[in-house]
Amino acid sequence: MAGTHAAGVREPLVHLSRRTGMPFWKSWLIRLAALAAGLLICGAVAFILIEKLRDDPGKLGDFYCAFIKGSFGTSRKVWKMLKNLAILLSISLALTPAFRMRFWNIGAEGQTLVGVLGAIAVDFYLGGKIPEGLLIALMFLAALLCGGVWGLIPAVFKAKWNTNETLFTLMMNYVATFLVSYFLVIWVPSGSSSLAKLKYGKLPTLVNDYFLIVMIALLLTIGLYIYLNYSKHGYEISVVGESVNTAKYVGINVRRVILRTMILSGVLCGLTGFLIASGLDRTITTESVGGQGFTAIMVSWLANFNPLMMILTSGLIQILNQGAAQISQDFNVSGALPSVIVGIILFFIIGSEFFINYRLHFRHHKTREAIR
Amino acid sequence: MNIWLNFLIDSLAFGATFMYGSTGEILTEKAGHLNLGIPGIMCMGGAGGCLMLNLIGTSSLPPFLIVILGILSSVLAAMLMGLIYSFLTVTLRANQNVTGLALTTFGVGLMKVIMSKLSPTVYLVTPKAYYRWPFAGRQDSLQCLGVLFFLGVAIAAVSSIVLYRTKVGLHLRAVGENPATADAVGINVTRYKYAATCIGSGIAGLGGFYYIIDYMASQEAYLSLEAFGWLSIALVIFALWRPARTIIGSTIFGFLFSCSSFITNLSFIQVTMAMKPLLKMLPYVFTIIVLIISSVRNKRENQPPQSLGLPYFRENR
Amino acid sequence: MEKQLALSMRGITKRFGSVTANSRIDLDIYRGEILSILGENGCGKTTLMNMIAGIYFPDEGTITIDGKEAVIRSPKDAFEHGIGMIHQHFKLVDLFTAAENIVLGVREEGRYNLKDVNTRVSAIADKYGFHIDPGKKIYDMSVSEKQTVEIIKVLYRGADILILDEPTAVLTPQEIDRLFNVLRVMRADGKSIVIITHKLNEVLEVSDRVAILRRGEHIATVNTKDTSEAELTEMMVGQKVNLNIQRSEPVCPQPRLVVRGLNVYDKEGTHILKDISFTAMGGEILGIAGIAGSGQRELLESITGLQHVQSGEIIFHNPKKNQPVTFFHKSLARVTELAEDHAFHDPEGNPVSFRGMKKTDIIRAVLEGRILFNEDEIMNLRDKDPLEIRQLGIHLSFVPEDRLGMGLVGSMGITDNMMLRSYRKGHYGLLDRKKPKDLAEEIIQNLKIVTPGTSYPVRRLSGGNVQKVLVGREIAYTPKVLMAAYPVRGLDIHSSYTIYNLLNKQKESGVAVLYVGEDLDVLLALCDRIMVINAGEITGIVDARTARKEEIGLMMTRSNRARKEGA
Repeated sequence: MAGTHAAGVREPLVHLSRRTGMPFWKSWLIRLAALAAGLLICGAVAFILIEKLRDDPGKLGDFYCAFIKGSFGTSRKVWKMLKNLAILLSISLALTPAFRMRFWNIGAEGQTLVGVLGAIAVDFYLGGKIPEGLLIALMFLAALLCGGVWGLIPAVFKAKWNTNETLFTLMMNYVATFLVSYFLVIWVPSGSSSLAKLKYGKLPTLVNDYFLIVMIALLLTIGLYIYLNYSKHGYEISVVGESVNTAKYVGINVRRVILRTMILSGVLCGLTGFLIASGLDRTITTESVGGQGFTAIMVSWLANFNPLMMILTSGLIQILNQGAAQISQDFNVSGALPSVIVGIILFFIIGSEFFINYRLHFRHHKTREAIR
Repeated sequence: MNIWLNFLIDSLAFGATFMYGSTGEILTEKAGHLNLGIPGIMCMGGAGGCLMLNLIGTSSLPPFLIVILGILSSVLAAMLMGLIYSFLTVTLRANQNVTGLALTTFGVGLMKVIMSKLSPTVYLVTPKAYYRWPFAGRQDSLQCLGVLFFLGVAIAAVSSIVLYRTKVGLHLRAVGENPATADAVGINVTRYKYAATCIGSGIAGLGGFYYIIDYMASQEAYLSLEAFGWLSIALVIFALWRPARTIIGSTIFGFLFSCSSFITNLSFIQVTMAMKPLLKMLPYVFTIIVLIISSVRNKRENQPPQSLGLPYFRENR
Repeated sequence: MEKQLALSMRGITKRFGSVTANSRIDLDIYRGEILSILGENGCGKTTLMNMIAGIYFPDEGTITIDGKEAVIRSPKDAFEHGIGMIHQHFKLVDLFTAAENIVLGVREEGRYNLKDVNTRVSAIADKYGFHIDPGKKIYDMSVSEKQTVEIIKVLYRGADILILDEPTAVLTPQEIDRLFNVLRVMRADGKSIVIITHKLNEVLEVSDRVAILRRGEHIATVNTKDTSEAELTEMMVGQKVNLNIQRSEPVCPQPRLVVRGLNVYDKEGTHILKDISFTAMGGEILGIAGIAGSGQRELLESITGLQHVQSGEIIFHNPKKNQPVTFFHKSLARVTELAEDHAFHDPEGNPVSFRGMKKTDIIRAVLEGRILFNEDEIMNLRDKDPLEIRQLGIHLSFVPEDRLGMGLVGSMGITDNMMLRSYRKGHYGLLDRKKPKDLAEEIIQNLKIVTPGTSYPVRRLSGGNVQKVLVGREIAYTPKVLMAAYPVRGLDIHSSYTIYNLLNKQKESGVAVLYVGEDLDVLLALCDRIMVINAGEITGIVDARTARKEEIGLMMTRSNRARKEGA
């Protein structure tokens, strides 16, 4: 029967092979191309969703300009972007040790939220009763402790029974959310469930409200980069992530590494929670972290778990977010637009990795020409 | 009617949302793909259906056509989401966790944009009565059930039969367990992965549609949909990857969710305001406990599909 | 009798990146014959057959089946052409039953009904003389049973051309005989059977013709009855190789590792190691022979502290007699304690007592090396994990079977892999990469490892180079006991000999070497003594210089109980 095939179907249409060692600049060119393609599609989607654009296609220019305007329009916007970047970056950094260990912690949302909760609880009960410096120190410790415990719980079960950590940490997010609602009911008996901004426990202002937070995130990035690449702990994390058997073979106590790393992950989330609580909000809602715990997973992954790269990836996400928020404002559309735009761009960047890792061979092109 | 029976029916009705979501997720996971995009898919399923109802909700089309068109467009929207996911994870072999999360970000956002443009009086008021056939207009609690509820039960049951009693199901499970083996015996792995993911997404999407226009039937319903998507993924573990068990599992979930409002109604238990959030925490805590128990027991048949989360590339060497 | 051509390949070429796996190969397969594809590991045998089976698609060349040109793009196409392949790593779904695995992917008329399938499976089994329980789950099956499932799976699809990749690698001699009988029945039935192998005796025993491949090229195809073992070896290897491995006489062997009454159970409660007792000497190579999965891995892992042991002793004799005591692994308190027990003497041979000595004087005496051990240090390693063993100052090296899954970290470079054993030496919690990098460069140079650099991921190196990295690191650890599990598996002859030489050098320097191997010829040529284990029991320890291969083969398959009953 094969003989009856037409000559054209002699070979599969496309066939793939794994590619190794693409030049650095080329892989970045592909990523940039993906970003550009993503932005084009965003324009098309916006054209469908936004009435003002349909009425006047000339405003497409404004649409793209808004991405710049949203983050760099005024110095206040720049600082706001940097603050958002810093918060997202520190959550992403917190997740990274766990991810390097192939512990798929998707519970950063909850771990950060309990960090906020811990700090606010201290502020609520002790604010004004003890010196401000001591209060902030206690808030800091409480946040770290809560985050650490929240990270430790799933790790204990992972280490002992290999319980699926992805779903465990996911559920812990919701437990954290309802824990926050519980305390809100206790703290705000009126039933409005919104806690008024607390007077005490504000992180000192340096230069402006956001400067300190940005600096802390930057220090954290450098610190974690060194920890992961140049410390014994970081090395152990990499070995455990690659192969538990190898780790046992060289005498690494795998359970201890899992527990230690997840405590670290949780503590860093808690630290971010402290920054949110003391540095920004001084109040708490169930939305205090606002889904950044999930976005951070993508930030960390897109940066290939490299802390320095995360400055770029979290920056990209926040610029897109702020740009899209600007668009919602300028064009009077739903505030959910940033999610749509970030989602589309992410699809393209995620997809572009394929062209970096694989080579495509088309029929009739036997000389293995790769497509860009 | 008896207060307990009311409670059961309410649990069933609530549970149907998860039943759709986790039946869809099971099909995807059986093909080896952990789809964390289910919340986004359910949202888009809801938005797709409502968009259609917004167009035809007050038209003079016969009711059954309105019901069917709503269902079809909901499934279609969710399937498109599934298609994006499969293209990225199957064809482009992208990381499943990240793709799923991006899909959820996208889907939830797009749904909110779409829903903010629709008019609830058009897509909710009249169609709801149609969808509650044959119990529409009844005074007892049976009026909570309708076409979509029974469709959900049927889909869960049929999915179980297909998975465990037919050749197609055997092939699908083989793809999820060991794609290299399935490939070697001539099963088209890519086609099965695409089909399972897209059909699974379509089913999950109906869950979102059901929740918005049937179970909650309120203007703000769509805002809380994302959380139920995540719960549907958790329910998969609860059901040990058997669609038929999601019927029981989702009822228990529905029960736990209704608990907080139900217990408040019971005269013999005093519920303070503060206890409500703790009661709402129950389903999540419950899932964690089941997760732990199943990992402690570590039974061969009750484990996730072996290749779950791993991309397949034939010439990997 | 005129033979009928079943399949022919012309000019088949396949490349993987820059590596050419097959180059312009021409090969014919006839009906009613058993054809062996012979060649060393990595010569492209499996790749070639994978192209008939639809796993790979050839870059160039044509395949003709029954006189018509065929395009085999997938395993499904292969099945449609009546070609079925039994891979070395079985492609079975563990969670399914035998019958479910067999029908997987088959298009049949009518409803899917497992009962009918079971009947048909049993019919095929009876026809060719297999034994199989269609309802048994794969994860409950032995290797031989799994292979049976694979063969029936192919027959069930009506395959006329059966390709078996290294079918005997994991079977006992009895199981091999049974398999060969089945293959002969199939040949009589008119099927074409292709066996991929590198074992000459099997080629000569079962096949009609032999095709020899070398480095991706087809050297020749000969009739089995017209050839000899020597001729085949020459074609396979390219030149006559000296199969003799240099073996020196052990120099005054001393007991180094004494294992007594070792019992190990796995998680399911299966008795894996039964009452194992033996002594490994310093300065000799102790071979461990047995069918794969007889407990070799568990034995080595018990010694290294990776496996929980239920009962028994693992005694290590640290060769310290007349050696100075040091503070590397002992505190001052411990040294003083040992002196109280009269464990030391001075260079003149007088007993040492610290009584009345000042601490600083004791420390000076030790640092100057004037305190010597009377006897070897004796330590029990049971219930100690790898780290505790190392902290006692005991150097055990272990080259595990699973190189990239256990011995090395695939995504890391050679430097970082060197660090696996020594990373704890850095200061202040930070890593010291300087010394590992020097070691990496030294090993690359000494063992002629081909790599673009010290940070190039070891996963991308060839099998031989990966093994050299692993063995090199383990030897650099200056072991007292060196354990190697299948260290030459998958390596070409050249790399294999590099490894043999390295092991021999270790032996000559007084190390106790434990060598787990599968090739009896190599075991007989390399080792001093051979311990045979079968189903977790020692069935004999023989002198490798005088033992016969058949004798060992018998021990590998006959259990103690059977022997006792027979006696």
